[in-house]
Amino acid sequence: MRAYLPVYELKVPRSLQEALVLLEGEPGVWRPFAGGTDLMVLLEAGKLAHRNFFSILHLDELRGIQETPEHLTLGALTTYTQVRNHATLRGEFPMLCRAASETGGLAIQNRGTLGGNISNASPAADSPPALLVYDAQIELVSAARGSRLVEYKDFHTGYKQTLMRPDELISRIRLPRTQENARQHYYRKVGTRKAQAISKVCFAATARVEGRLLEDVRIALGSVAPTVVRCEKTEAILRNSEIDEQAISAAQDELSREVVPIDDLRSTANYRLEVALNLLGEFLRSTVAA
Amino acid sequence: MREAETTSKVAVTCTVNGVAHTVEAYSMMRLLDVLREDLRLTGTKEGCGEGECGACSVMLNGELVNSCLIPIAQVEGANIKTIEGISLSDEQLHGVQEAFIVCGGAQCGICTPGMVIAAVHLLERNPTPDDAEIRDALAGNLCRCTGYVKIFEAVVHACRNRKA
Repeated sequence: MRAYLPVYELKVPRSLQEALVLLEGEPGVWRPFAGGTDLMVLLEAGKLAHRNFFSILHLDELRGIQETPEHLTLGALTTYTQVRNHATLRGEFPMLCRAASETGGLAIQNRGTLGGNISNASPAADSPPALLVYDAQIELVSAARGSRLVEYKDFHTGYKQTLMRPDELISRIRLPRTQENARQHYYRKVGTRKAQAISKVCFAATARVEGRLLEDVRIALGSVAPTVVRCEKTEAILRNSEIDEQAISAAQDELSREVVPIDDLRSTANYRLEVALNLLGEFLRSTVAA
Repeated sequence: MREAETTSKVAVTCTVNGVAHTVEAYSMMRLLDVLREDLRLTGTKEGCGEGECGACSVMLNGELVNSCLIPIAQVEGANIKTIEGISLSDEQLHGVQEAFIVCGGAQCGICTPGMVIAAVHLLERNPTPDDAEIRDALAGNLCRCTGYVKIFEAVVHACRNRKA
């Protein structure tokens, strides 16, 4: 343990309301602490700059998965284990379950939360590309203004930056349901090993195909830009086109302009770009092979 | 760095291996350190200290967790089971522990408590796991000695003995 513990504080508010009042009372001083799977790693390394936290893990108001005909709504504290075991999610949003089952090992999945994965705002997080493709919405709550719903595609504003105000918490993640059973899902996380690895590239996409015609397509990537990215330009080139090698090549050209991977400790920009383009090719070929 | 204000310790009560304990600790103190240093339950090991290796695995309210990633303030009222609470009695080991001995699933021993906890956690939920399920359940536990084959065989052995 490289941190000096007496300077850190982890309060335990009794209710969501008490937590929100704490957030509002001293803006920027208090930050939420859920499963701790990222924050405790920073603490141990002596790199946790912020010092005042409040635990939200026990707050029932932020738990549970609700189903309506239009939406599946997940409490911010929904763990990866709960995501991967949920029957409706497995049927309708399989990439989210796949992402959850490939994030860390079981001990991490029992503790890590979807809300934490989103607010931690790492461009290498595994569930956000799936959330982007599924057009997720994020519900934010504050003591002053109650709740508001924002589109997840607008949520990340820069590297580790989000549109959350200092007095807000993520309360829920809302997924619009679709009656399209014909939707194909393609998710690939590329890391150093199968378990416990952080992504070099993460690729999520859905397609609706009629014959060779790509009627609808959604593509999002992680670890190839300062934030996770929905690749709308590449989607636009592909939508309503016939999938052949020429179309795949044109889409790969567009994708190479839409992502901006970097060299870091986990991989290189060149490798990430190459892999991203290969995954796009594999995804597109799989849609017409199916 | 600016002079920082310091916080005071908090009292946390939890049950460890069936015994209630109240400890006084800084709120961000790791459960791992409380177990090893305050409660002297040194069976739980520290490997990486960052949630990668699983050596510090314990069960928290029946769920497998890494005790290096849990601040003590979050375990108020919790029920914790460590490797010291796995054997059936002082004379009788748990079937998973027996299987690790029989199959040679332990070498240096650092990963062993975490491996055993993860395997027990699996068998409590799924008494008849297939190969993929065993691999998935142990994916968060690293071993640098065995090459995993003997550990894997130990879990299979424990399942068979359980059925017998």
